[in-house]
Parts: sequence; C-alpha cells; structure tokens
Amino acid sequence: MMITATFLLVLFVVTLTVAAYSTYGERKVAAFLQDRIGPNRAGPFGLLQPLADGAKMFMKEDFVPATANRKLFFMGPAIAMITALLTGVVIPWGGTLTIGEHTFDLQGTDPEIGILYVFAMVSIGVYGIMLGGWASNNKFALLGAIRAASQMVSYELAMGLSIVGLVMMTGTLSLSGIVEYQAAHGWGIIQQPLGFLIFIVCAFAECNRAPFDMPECETELVGGYHTEFSSMKLGFYLFAEYINMFMSSAVIATLYFGGYHVPGLASLGLDPNLVTIIGVAAMFAKTFFFIFFFMWVRWSIPRFRFDQLMNLGWKRLIPLAILNIVVTGGLYYIINGF
Amino acid sequence: MLYLFYLIAAISVISALTVVSAKNPVNSVIALILCFLSIAGHYVLLNAQFLAMVHIIVYTGAIMVLFLFVIMLLNLNRAAEPMKTLGTRVAAVLSGGLFFLTLLAALRNGISVTAANAFDPGVGLVHSVGMSLFSEFLLPFEISSVLFLSAMVGVVMLAKKEKTWTPPVRNAFTEKPLTEHELDAEG
Repeated sequence: MMITATFLLVLFVVTLTVAAYSTYGERKVAAFLQDRIGPNRAGPFGLLQPLADGAKMFMKEDFVPATANRKLFFMGPAIAMITALLTGVVIPWGGTLTIGEHTFDLQGTDPEIGILYVFAMVSIGVYGIMLGGWASNNKFALLGAIRAASQMVSYELAMGLSIVGLVMMTGTLSLSGIVEYQAAHGWGIIQQPLGFLIFIVCAFAECNRAPFDMPECETELVGGYHTEFSSMKLGFYLFAEYINMFMSSAVIATLYFGGYHVPGLASLGLDPNLVTIIGVAAMFAKTFFFIFFFMWVRWSIPRFRFDQLMNLGWKRLIPLAILNIVVTGGLYYIINGF
Repeated sequence: MLYLFYLIAAISVISALTVVSAKNPVNSVIALILCFLSIAGHYVLLNAQFLAMVHIIVYTGAIMVLFLFVIMLLNLNRAAEPMKTLGTRVAAVLSGGLFFLTLLAALRNGISVTAANAFDPGVGLVHSVGMSLFSEFLLPFEISSVLFLSAMVGVVMLAKKEKTWTPPVRNAFTEKPLTEHELDAEG
C-alpha cells in the first residue's frame, strides 16, 4: 500500500516535471526548426524558463467573465488535468526491482483491461474542454469546444479499431502483457505497421495537437476553448495538453515499440535490477523521442481544415483500421491455424 | 468495501435524482455523467473491470458527449423550456403518486433476493465475458450486430442529400441561363 502510494507520488512528480520541460522543449524545438535560438535568458540555456512561466501563471489575475457559469468554469480545467494525470497509472514504466526481499513493480497497477482504461480516461478528458468552452459563454470558446468534442469522438473510433489487430495477436488487453508479448515475439511496429500508423494519427487528433489543433485554432477562433481562461486555469489547460502528449507518447512506446524492452539485453546476463533500470531508461528514451516527434510534426505540417479532418477520420482511417483487423485475422489464421 | 458500496450507491441515487430535478439541462447531463461513472464503480466492486471500462467508454465517453453536444448547439436554457399546463401537471403528480403507492405496497414487507449461484469473482473478467459471448450467446450477439448495421444504414440514408433539380437562374432580359461567373457577380 505504502509502496504503491510512494510510486504514484513519484510518478505524479515525474509527469509534472516532464510536462513542464516539454513546454521548454517545444520552444527549443520550434526555435531549432525555424533557425532561431529560443528561450535562453532564465538560467543556463534558458533551463529555468518553465519555472518562470509557472510563476507568471500563478501571479496573474484569475479573471472570470461576468456571464460565465462559475462552477463549470472552475470544473473544466480540473477535469482536463485530472484525466490527463490518471492515464499514467496503468502504463508499465519498467520491470520489477528487487531490493532485499521485496520486489517492486514499476507500474501503478496492472488491471487486465489496461488499454481500455487508457481509452476510458481519454474519452472522459473531452469533458474538460467541452464544459470549459461552454461555461465561458463566448462564441469562440463554444465553437472550439464543439470542434474538440466532434473531433475526439470521431477519432476515438479509429483509435479503438486500430489496436484491435494488436490485441488479437497478443491475446491480452493488459499493457504489461502486451510488452511481454513484444519481448518474446518482436515489437508491435513490425507486426502491426498499419495499426501503428492509424494509432499515431489518432493520437495526434486526441491530443488536439497540430496538424489537428482545430479546437484552439487561433487564426479562426481567437484562442478556441480557452479564450476566456486566464492565470493558472489557462495553465492547467496548456499543461494538460502536454501531459496528454507525454502519456500518449508513453502508450505508443508501450504498444508498438516494446515499452521497457531492450532487444538483446536479456541475453547479456546482467543483474536483474540493472536490466530494469536500463529498461526504465529505454522506456523514457522512446517516450521522449515521440514527444519530440509530436513537436517535429507541429512545426512542419500546416493545420488541416475541419472538413478534411472529418473526411480523414471517417472515410480513410476507419476503413483502413477495419482492413487491418481483417488482414491480421486472416494472416493469424494462416500462420497459427485455429 | 461495504462502506465503499454505500458511498457509490449514495452518489448514484443522488445524481440520478439530480438528473430529473435539475432546471438547467447542462447540469442534468453532468449529473447523468456522474451517475454513469458511479455505476461503473459498482461494476468494479463486482470485479467486472471489462464491463466497467466499456460502460465508461460507451456511455460516458460517447453517448453523453453527444447529449452535451446537442444541448450546447441548441443552447437550451430555462427560458426556452415550454411551460406545462395545469392539467398535465396534475396528471403527472397523480400517476407518479400512484406508481409510488404501488411500489410501497409491493415492498411493504421487505424483499429478500437469494442469489441463484454463489458469486464468482471471475465472471466479469474479459476472458469469461468473451467466452460466454462467443459460445453460449453467439446468436443474440450476432443478431444485435445486425441491429447496429441497420441503424447505421438508416442514418446514412437520412443524412444523404437528395439530388433535386432546381431551375437555372435566368437573365431577366435575355432569358439565358447565367454562367457561374455572372452568378458570383450577383452574389
């Protein structure tokens, strides 16, 4: 009990730190891609920039519009933040550590429906944006909220279908089970390349990241769903987006890139604890690569139009995902028999 | 565990009552979301994790989002709600009261339900749900999928725009149909 609580606390702090430094990373990556220097004033290489930004967010006036629905205006950012943080509980960050007689699992909990839990949290997360946007009583915020809702509901379908192939092969919904399968049979990206492609496109849409950031499209909607939010409420929305990005990177790494598995490490005969620590480092390296990938795409590809987004989701990705299921099933039958 | 059950049950009942008593439709929807989440909590207490998660994904994550979506788009509020006539109100109170009386009479002596089988904690896990769906209940399962397919086809039919012929816009003097360029110029 105490161990799990401690682990979750550590996970909470690590998540917030990663999210904070993702904001710094985003600006540095943008600067790099646009041939600029980026933030370099606060501390060496601008490393204290996230702290300065955080302090600024807390110090600003917390303004609530007179016509807003105050309760929901408060609840919106809270829901966005809570659901973003809850996802990390089921992700296996590493194997097991053995200290003395005790063994510690580097995973908050391992329910047998781990991946469905992730989807459930993602599907609740949309309420944060919807309620916040509606409660602002501003047409731009409402349009942003409606865009977010229709986008997330549409892409949830393709996302759910895209992993069915992987689940058929691994025979489990548990995230640690999927990692163990990949350690034994090769990574998911090799076995499910099409599923991976669909999943990552949907992950971009679910995180409201460019090129699918229509809910906060500033050229059309001022600030989108968070137009009326200021101070730390705005901070929570922005922060929740970075946490979502971190979590979806971790889920992509877990499902398709072997999670904490490092090929060939098991045959070296190292100490199990050392293997676990290398595994955790590998997991974070893979996750950070995908966070970088999210930023890379954001600063390279222009924003879609909303009808293009809907066409892509419903007319391209869902049929492709169903094709992936059929092909996977057929190949599985040919190779393994019943 | 028992206290947890009472807590979740209380949340379910209170949120369900809020759904019908709330004046603002958005508050009503939020109460319904809370009610669905607490029902998922009941599933978890019964060790039916699969059902709990599917319940959250389908009801909370998809259906309620669409409810909220429609209410936001229509911008319903208290002023727009039609007032019921006196006759309707009296009839509603009478029928509700009679239903309550019937319930009270039925439950006056208390009810005791004995479980047919001992509770099996494994019954709600993915494996057993899948096994019973694809062996014992295969036919109903497949038939329900036909139901969903027909619903989908129906929606596509309704959403499809019918092609209707509209007479071309003609120039008032020459009676010739306007070109696209001229149409643009007219606005």
